[in-house]
Amino acid sequence: MAETVALAFGAWLHPSLLLILGTLAIPFLRGRVQQGYRLLLALVFLWVVWTIAPGTYGSLRFLGLDLVAGRVDTLSLVFAYVFSLITVIGTIYSLHVKDNVQHVAAFLYAAAAVGVVLAGDLVTLYVFWELMMLASVWLIWRRRTPQSYAAGMRYLLVHSASGMLLLGGIALFYFQTGSLAFEQIDIAGPAFYLILIGFMINAAVPPLHAWLSDAYPEATVTGAIFLSALTTKTAVYVLIRGFPGTELLIWMGAVMALWGVVYAVLANDIRRLLAYHIISQVGYMVAGVGMGTAIALNGSAAHAFTHILYKALLFMGAGAVIHMTGKSKLTELGGLYKYMPYTFLLYMIGAFSISAFPLFSGFVSKTMVLEAAAVDYRMWIWLMLSMASAGTFLHTGLKLPYFTFLGKDSGLRPQEAPWNMLLAMAIAAFFCVFIGVYPAWLYGLLPAPVDYNAYTLDHLFWELQLLLFTGLGFFVLLKHVGGEARISLDTDWLYRRALPATARRVRDRGGAAWQGLLTLARRGIAGFVTGLARHHGPRSLLAGTWPTGSMVLWVAIILAGSLLIYYV
Amino acid sequence: MSHFLEYLVRHARPLTWVMLALMALLVIADALIPTGYGRFPFDTIGGFGALYGFVSCVLIIVVSKLLGYAFLYRREDYYDDALPDGRPRAGAPESPEPRDG
Repeated sequence: MAETVALAFGAWLHPSLLLILGTLAIPFLRGRVQQGYRLLLALVFLWVVWTIAPGTYGSLRFLGLDLVAGRVDTLSLVFAYVFSLITVIGTIYSLHVKDNVQHVAAFLYAAAAVGVVLAGDLVTLYVFWELMMLASVWLIWRRRTPQSYAAGMRYLLVHSASGMLLLGGIALFYFQTGSLAFEQIDIAGPAFYLILIGFMINAAVPPLHAWLSDAYPEATVTGAIFLSALTTKTAVYVLIRGFPGTELLIWMGAVMALWGVVYAVLANDIRRLLAYHIISQVGYMVAGVGMGTAIALNGSAAHAFTHILYKALLFMGAGAVIHMTGKSKLTELGGLYKYMPYTFLLYMIGAFSISAFPLFSGFVSKTMVLEAAAVDYRMWIWLMLSMASAGTFLHTGLKLPYFTFLGKDSGLRPQEAPWNMLLAMAIAAFFCVFIGVYPAWLYGLLPAPVDYNAYTLDHLFWELQLLLFTGLGFFVLLKHVGGEARISLDTDWLYRRALPATARRVRDRGGAAWQGLLTLARRGIAGFVTGLARHHGPRSLLAGTWPTGSMVLWVAIILAGSLLIYYV
Repeated sequence: MSHFLEYLVRHARPLTWVMLALMALLVIADALIPTGYGRFPFDTIGGFGALYGFVSCVLIIVVSKLLGYAFLYRREDYYDDALPDGRPRAGAPESPEPRDG
């Protein structure tokens, strides 16, 4: 067996294993050497991932289980490709950061995410799933504020719950089917739902989404790039693989797309606004998974690919503003275009992409999901997703940049972001435009052959009108769309407020009840003690003789007894 | 680069008119040129996208703000009393560095 293992891993280097091993050296390096090493490691990781040939690698039997560390097909590859690409971009963006914990955490997180999408069995998937959680939480904690510590703790708790459900589901699935292979989950019963809910928590499907908008805005500036790219998109991958055509997901996805939009109206923190738009965008992908047709699944995968790049770009733009000004609220920002013009323009490329303007990447992927809804004649889904599209441009393309970079002068006079941040944003921006102009490149990577043209007259007319007249609405209502210095309640209120308050009430009320019970018990015990004193106390009947007297009596009785037994 | 942006900002008013004119042209073009799609009843209505975009935008803002004022908005320190004494604790070293990533 040892030979099998050696052969399997010797013949094929798992990219995650490479990255994890490579990460070990980071704490021992300093300064420029370390920067160079991190960049090199990310580039090698990119190269290894992009050169994997499809196939099955790293199969082994372990503890009687059939494990497959590397199931490489077109579906897993398209996700692995973009994960490795964003690892390079994120590394460049965080080149200036001097915090080894973050560097190690980010690489382990990326390795785990690639591990999940390459996992051919559910046990391997579960291990990487948990590693992803354990690594990513450090990207939140290392912001080193009380808020980030608390948010990270909640993030950890929610994802532990997701992992627990997943593990329970996997165990049931194994008992039911006798197989651990990760293919479409088509069994009835609790295993189906446990695994589905575990996946849905990571995909941030409402009402299980609040961990995302709670934690991401509290993460470090650079860590948020990795967070925005990896967790929800691995969840989209496992949903595509495990639950294509699950009708429920269509509606959940459409609700999700609008949910994020509504909360983005209320958001004041720029990264919280963007975090709500992750939820909204992942809604398109989840809806695509629910439709389950070839074009819908292609659309979900394509949208995940473009989304990772433009969302990272948006988070990088917002992060650059926070890094340079120390402020993150729309009410405290404004007029920055004079001081951070490149950040502004690069951010806008991301904004046009997420809004699905023609010639930007979102257009070629989002219209694919919409087209999938259209060919199935799902009118309401189509209208809901289109409305969410309008909302996306409204916030990410208009509200955030207007009140951050334009609008009233906030008096802030920051410098332009450092070169490495701008370079990372420029690379992401390049891909946003490149994919928009030359979609065939992306379509060539998708799981199923693509027979779809985004640039039809109808799509162009529809998207352009939708977006431009959304812009009209924005400027008409300009006085009412700015940020307000408030926060808004979301479903995390349940575990941040309602449950603790209930627990306190139970403790207070329950405490009183317990006291009453104790009083009653004490009364009983007091009666017992009085009785005892009456019979055995110093003035009682039994205390009439001295202990020596009673001892002599008992000895006499025992002697008499033994005498009797002896004679009998 | 900032000169270019300054130029755009200085000429915001004429640029707005150019934009509005383009938008009007777009709607007219959509009304005149048939696109060949007819899957939904509104596919053939020229300018429906413009109407839907504008209505969506207004609806999203109005409904969200109503929800905000009626139920969801809270003051900014609403959750702060749940923080660990309002200062860093285990896992959170002494000096917060909000500026650095």
